[in-house]
Amino acid sequence: MSELGLTSSSTLERVIRVPSVERRPQFADEVQLRRALDHLSGVDAVGVAHRVGKLATRSLKTSTKMRAIDVALSMIDLTTLEGADTPGRVASLCAKARRPDPEDPTTPAAAAVCVYPDLVEDARRHLVGSGVAVASVATAFPSGRAPLAVKLADVAAAVEAGADEIDMVIDRGAFLSGRVGQVFDDIVAVKAACRDAHLKVILETGELVTLDNVKRASWLAMWAGADFIKTSTGKVSVNATPTVGLVMLEAVRDFAEETGALVGVKMAGGIRTTKDALRYLVLVNETVGGRWLSPDLFRFGASSLMNDLLAQRRKQQIGAYVRPERFSGD
Amino acid sequence: MSERLDVKKTYKLLIKGQFPRSESGRTYEVLDARGAFLANVARASRKDVREAVLAARGAQPGWSAASAYLKGQILYRWAEMAESRRRDLADLVISPETHDAERDVAEAIDRLVWYAGWTDKVAQVYGGANPVAGPYFNFSLPRPCGVVASFAPPSGSLVGWVDSVAAALCTGNTVLSLLSPSRPLAAFALAELTATSDLPPGVLNVLTGDPGELGEVIARHEDVDGLDLTGGDERGADLAEWAADSLKRTYRPHEGDDPTRRLRAFIDTTTVWHTVGY
Repeated sequence: MSELGLTSSSTLERVIRVPSVERRPQFADEVQLRRALDHLSGVDAVGVAHRVGKLATRSLKTSTKMRAIDVALSMIDLTTLEGADTPGRVASLCAKARRPDPEDPTTPAAAAVCVYPDLVEDARRHLVGSGVAVASVATAFPSGRAPLAVKLADVAAAVEAGADEIDMVIDRGAFLSGRVGQVFDDIVAVKAACRDAHLKVILETGELVTLDNVKRASWLAMWAGADFIKTSTGKVSVNATPTVGLVMLEAVRDFAEETGALVGVKMAGGIRTTKDALRYLVLVNETVGGRWLSPDLFRFGASSLMNDLLAQRRKQQIGAYVRPERFSGD
Repeated sequence: MSERLDVKKTYKLLIKGQFPRSESGRTYEVLDARGAFLANVARASRKDVREAVLAARGAQPGWSAASAYLKGQILYRWAEMAESRRRDLADLVISPETHDAERDVAEAIDRLVWYAGWTDKVAQVYGGANPVAGPYFNFSLPRPCGVVASFAPPSGSLVGWVDSVAAALCTGNTVLSLLSPSRPLAAFALAELTATSDLPPGVLNVLTGDPGELGEVIARHEDVDGLDLTGGDERGADLAEWAADSLKRTYRPHEGDDPTRRLRAFIDTTTVWHTVGY
């Protein structure tokens, strides 16, 4: 039974066997790495779509729904990644992350606030002592097309300014043209530059074309030391989808069973409604189990999702549909 | 040639310019004055109410910003569409024997034209330039309340239904209308004609179902700004009380009402000042 109560009986919960000693494999050279990637089995796209469709029919009601909404709220990385971001906007976002619904102090705080590196210091100042982490995108977000030295400087600056989590992008061009060793080395170098900060690796699945590539990129990132794998930047037309989510969750599950390392998953972009969010939680519970139903291992990168969750939460409490203006915009 | 089978129409809902079945999949039977079967009608659920309010809210800024002239043209076009379907509509008016269905339809259409004419007069009649003791102008401007929900009169009168939606529409509100549960057919057929009248999707949304079930959901929905209780019946007081929680405007008709009282029911007045000469 997941302690979050998303399943009604213990038999429904997926239990995975994770070795107690963590051991990530080493690769001597790119040839070995490529061989390991080639050894991954293919993704059955039809099967994945079918399973996602099937799980989407599960619905959560009443008290279970209420708890699921709170879990989802606690997993949100409240994000603002616009060219027009200002310190003022970051301040209001931080206030919202700390106390999403000022009328109801029992509302859980967000997991993190995600900003550009130059605004990390502002976010840090507003979040001190709140338990809400500061996440920063880095490595020439969103394209990832800059020399490695520039990327590393970007990361170092964000960490220096106080970021707890770094969201890096992989070089999709390198990955798609088969230079997997370069992508691997980039991640290893960025991981080192992160020091104590957690590293989320953005695969930008909307640009990876096939589900096989999503799976390969997931394993590649995990082998290279990612703490989280993340779907998207939110800057291309295709963002997080349940299909991609399932493939990544299965990769994380298999990786945990093989190496003992627990890697988190972050779904980013395009998730706007409570219904979508709860479907992802069902997907998580059924694929990797209740252990992942925690902000330490699963996140939503979103901003508009929060207001819908708050509206649904309030609706469950007062029994009437609420006015969207009850909650601050962003 | 073999005898034709009946092609019976199932009435659905009107939400955001589309005609979906109820999300719940439920229907109920509507009978004529003698108790014979007429049609299957969708029985809306609270989720349909939620969708309808979302649609009305989404359409609000556009409809309220549309010029008075355009709103008038669209409502008049609706009347034109109804005019060519007068006989069909009259066939659907379920009424006691003595009631004249054709006259009801004709009056309903005339009433639509009347409301169409009001669109560009509301600001003139209910707004004004206020005298002030200073070198500036001061104007009062009627603005729509927002989303108005209306309960159609249970008698099934088409005139009564037109009153309950067109008054709010012509002042720039978007509307969610719950039809008379026992006599919804004529009103729904008239509402269907908005699909060919250039009325933007979501401006008028129509539900059929049990007012006992949906009344509270509608009245307590925070994102509804006004409530027309014409068909509220004896539950009117409860509905008004629920509406008070979210400070909705409510309108209840009185005997011998001035017909313009309805027009004023869902208007907010904003007062603005402006310097002279610039």
